[in-house]
Amino acid sequence: MDNSLLARFRRATHGQPVPALIALALIVVVIAAQAPVFMTAGNIANVIDQAAIPAIIVVGLSFVILMGSIDLSVEGVMAVGSMSAALLVANDRNSLDFGLWALPVVMIIGGVLGLVSGLAVTRLRIPSFLATIAIASVASGIALILFGTSAKPQIVDPVFIDLTQGTFLGFTKVSWLALVIVLLGLVIQRYTRFGRYAYVIGGSEEIAKLSGIDVRRYRLLAFVIAGMCSSLAGALTASRTSIGSTTPGDGLLFLTIASVVIGGTILTGGRGGVLHSVIGVLIMGVIVTGMVLIGVSGFYQQIIQGVVLLVAVTAVAWKLRRPMRVVM
Amino acid sequence: MAQTSTEAPALRLTDVSKSFGVVNALTKVSLEIRPREVVGLIGENGAGKSSLLKILSGNQTADSGTMELRGRPVTFSSISQAMSNGVAMVYQEQSLLPNVSVAENILLGNERGAVRDGFYRWKQMHRTAQRHLDEVKSGVSPSDITDTLPFAQRQMVEVAKALATGDGSPYDPVILLDEPTSVLESGDIETLFSVIRRVKEHASIVFVSHRLEEVLEICDRVYVMRDGEVVAEVDPAEADVDQLFRLMVGRDLTSGYFREDLSTEPTPDVRLAIESLTGPGFSDVSLGINRGEIVSILGVQDSGRENLGRVLFGALPAAHGSVRIDGERVGLRSTRDAVARGIGYLPSERKIDGAIMGMSVADNMTLAHPDVVSTLGVMRSRRVREVADEWIRRLAIKTSGPAAEMVNLSGGNQQKVVLAKWMLAPDLRVLILDTPTRGLDVGAKSEVYAILHGLAAKGVSIILLADSLEEGIYVSHRVITMADGKVTGEFTSRPGNRPSRTSLIERML
Ligand SMILES: Nc1ncnc2c1ncn2[C@@H]1O[C@H](COP(=O)(O)OP(=O)(O)OP(=O)(O)O)[C@@H](O)[C@H]1O
Ligand SMILES: [Mg+2]
Repeated sequence: MDNSLLARFRRATHGQPVPALIALALIVVVIAAQAPVFMTAGNIANVIDQAAIPAIIVVGLSFVILMGSIDLSVEGVMAVGSMSAALLVANDRNSLDFGLWALPVVMIIGGVLGLVSGLAVTRLRIPSFLATIAIASVASGIALILFGTSAKPQIVDPVFIDLTQGTFLGFTKVSWLALVIVLLGLVIQRYTRFGRYAYVIGGSEEIAKLSGIDVRRYRLLAFVIAGMCSSLAGALTASRTSIGSTTPGDGLLFLTIASVVIGGTILTGGRGGVLHSVIGVLIMGVIVTGMVLIGVSGFYQQIIQGVVLLVAVTAVAWKLRRPMRVVM
Repeated sequence: MAQTSTEAPALRLTDVSKSFGVVNALTKVSLEIRPREVVGLIGENGAGKSSLLKILSGNQTADSGTMELRGRPVTFSSISQAMSNGVAMVYQEQSLLPNVSVAENILLGNERGAVRDGFYRWKQMHRTAQRHLDEVKSGVSPSDITDTLPFAQRQMVEVAKALATGDGSPYDPVILLDEPTSVLESGDIETLFSVIRRVKEHASIVFVSHRLEEVLEICDRVYVMRDGEVVAEVDPAEADVDQLFRLMVGRDLTSGYFREDLSTEPTPDVRLAIESLTGPGFSDVSLGINRGEIVSILGVQDSGRENLGRVLFGALPAAHGSVRIDGERVGLRSTRDAVARGIGYLPSERKIDGAIMGMSVADNMTLAHPDVVSTLGVMRSRRVREVADEWIRRLAIKTSGPAAEMVNLSGGNQQKVVLAKWMLAPDLRVLILDTPTRGLDVGAKSEVYAILHGLAAKGVSIILLADSLEEGIYVSHRVITMADGKVTGEFTSRPGNRPSRTSLIERML
């Protein structure tokens, strides 16, 4: 057995080392040096709170991307999640009062949307970026129909609102919820057939088929899980703002996909994973908060985020290049 | 040793045919694989060997004919069905996933008790995988990530994987090995053979290879295929290489297999001068190669010869040392530099580095050297076709034509296409070939040797990382041996004055 440090590290991380962790540490050090307030407990809790909802989204997204597909329906599914959550809990538009049971219902709705995307990809063989863009606009449409153009539903359920406003042991409850979902994602990734086959299918769909694996089934499941995560994220956004919205996820599609990529989960599949993506989310979150604390204007923040993404993509692509390819 | 047995054959095919459009890959093939024997399958590139194995393993279905498994008629409609009946295949191209662990690869799609209710039991997974790794005497750990392993070890993992499929059925497994040795060094081949001998106590094995000596050594019975038909069944105890060759191609093996008749004397001016070159896996290599000289480098895996080739082509960085071509110092920072200097390179992992499967044969040949087929930067499709046609003829590539897609060619014929691509380079000065004849049938090998002699006669200097001792000895003007990253010997080699096998092997170890 190869016992070099590198080999041992690779085994410990199951062949999926997390270089982004080092990047995260470096960025934290740099920002903390510029703005000491960054390291206060209050600020750290705030950074984590901000990262909670994107983290929930990337758990689902990671499996889709590990398999070499992509899910661009995040924002549309979030809209449906937000609207249906707002209408299911105590609100000013109807007399429903599901309380926290709204969350599983919303996730089922999101799962169905994911199922439709997944069926389009696996049965109709539509490329996933097209299928999910289509689903995104269908979902946004549904969200609009749920209220038409009238005023947005106001949530009056205090327990539901407390989910994002209330704290537990110094962190918002939604942060804890995100932690649970991330851990769940890691268990799925490491210990379930679905999780392992995500790597297999992303590594080579052809080999997966040659080994008798029903690729379509697992791919379908990945879209369902991604839909569930996105709709849950939508519901949590509704809790945070106390209203149902048709655009709760503005900008989150870019942020989450960028986070996944920055974390080291490559878009062609097979490498990376849930942990990588969550670290990617933290990197993006730390940069945003750090820039605010340091006093960089919003205009530059966007540029810097874009640059970080480019650097990360280049670093990953550089590692995976094959020396001979150049001459082809 | 063909023993008669009253047991039903493990597998029997009767009149099996398969065609792809107009290509008849298999025509009325009938054969049987008996319990506890090693059956050899030989034939030229494109003869239908892989197609036959794909039908046996449920990867493809036959157009007509019947198959019996242990006396009962069966049709395998999927790979998993064949696997659950104990029939498994090791593919000509490696079929391990680089990004997951060895254990996952070995038990892929076949995890059984190691996955309960959809949940992995890693301990059991590793234990089962370890058992199969032990069977092939492999020292790799089940938790190793596959792409960290060298090629030869991966091949052993492939065999372990095939053995693992036997777990699921109460019967002895049938294991189909499609050219398992073509990527192995001789030491590893011996290991594989001892594994095969042991495994055969409780399995049937089909063994495909272009190295006829190997086939005679390991097989109990041999089927010879030609143009999709089984043309002979041979008892290895009563056959020799020449006879097998004759059956395969329908004519005699010309005595001048290595085409020594075409060899010309190199001119005495140095074309490639390597001065104390050090790179990953080798150090302090100094070597001068004359115009028109063929130098073969022999060495086992990790001898450093492969990386030396890569460094000379700019695909790996050199630590220090210098390289001159025609007296001019060249900095080999990229493969582009190398190509511009007239260096050509044929990689050994052609499937990954050399071919684009979704493109046509003609495009694969000409894309690297568009100048050959363009006027003023515009590709002339007629010229592309002509060039492709010429090489298809010269290398006897079995394909429906220049427009055929690369994926549809047999493994050996794909290699011929990639080879043609490099032979096309317009002002080639130095050509580095990493095991160019690997996977080629005997006739095509001979043609490649003829082409190498022809290039040398035109002044090209050739570095040949030979695939066998004989090839190294008979095709070159000079043989260099390498071991542990150092040059350990140098022998001139001319007809009548060839270095001996033993003197070379001594220096390679
Ligand atoms: N999918 C396909 N479409 C068209 N032709 C095919 C296809 N698969 C195989 N063939 C053709 O069938 C013939 C037999 O191919 P096969 O791969 O069985 O050869 P082989 O004996 O394994 O050769 P090699 O030694 O080169 O591996 C070849 O002419 C090949 O081009
Ligand atoms: Mg073949």
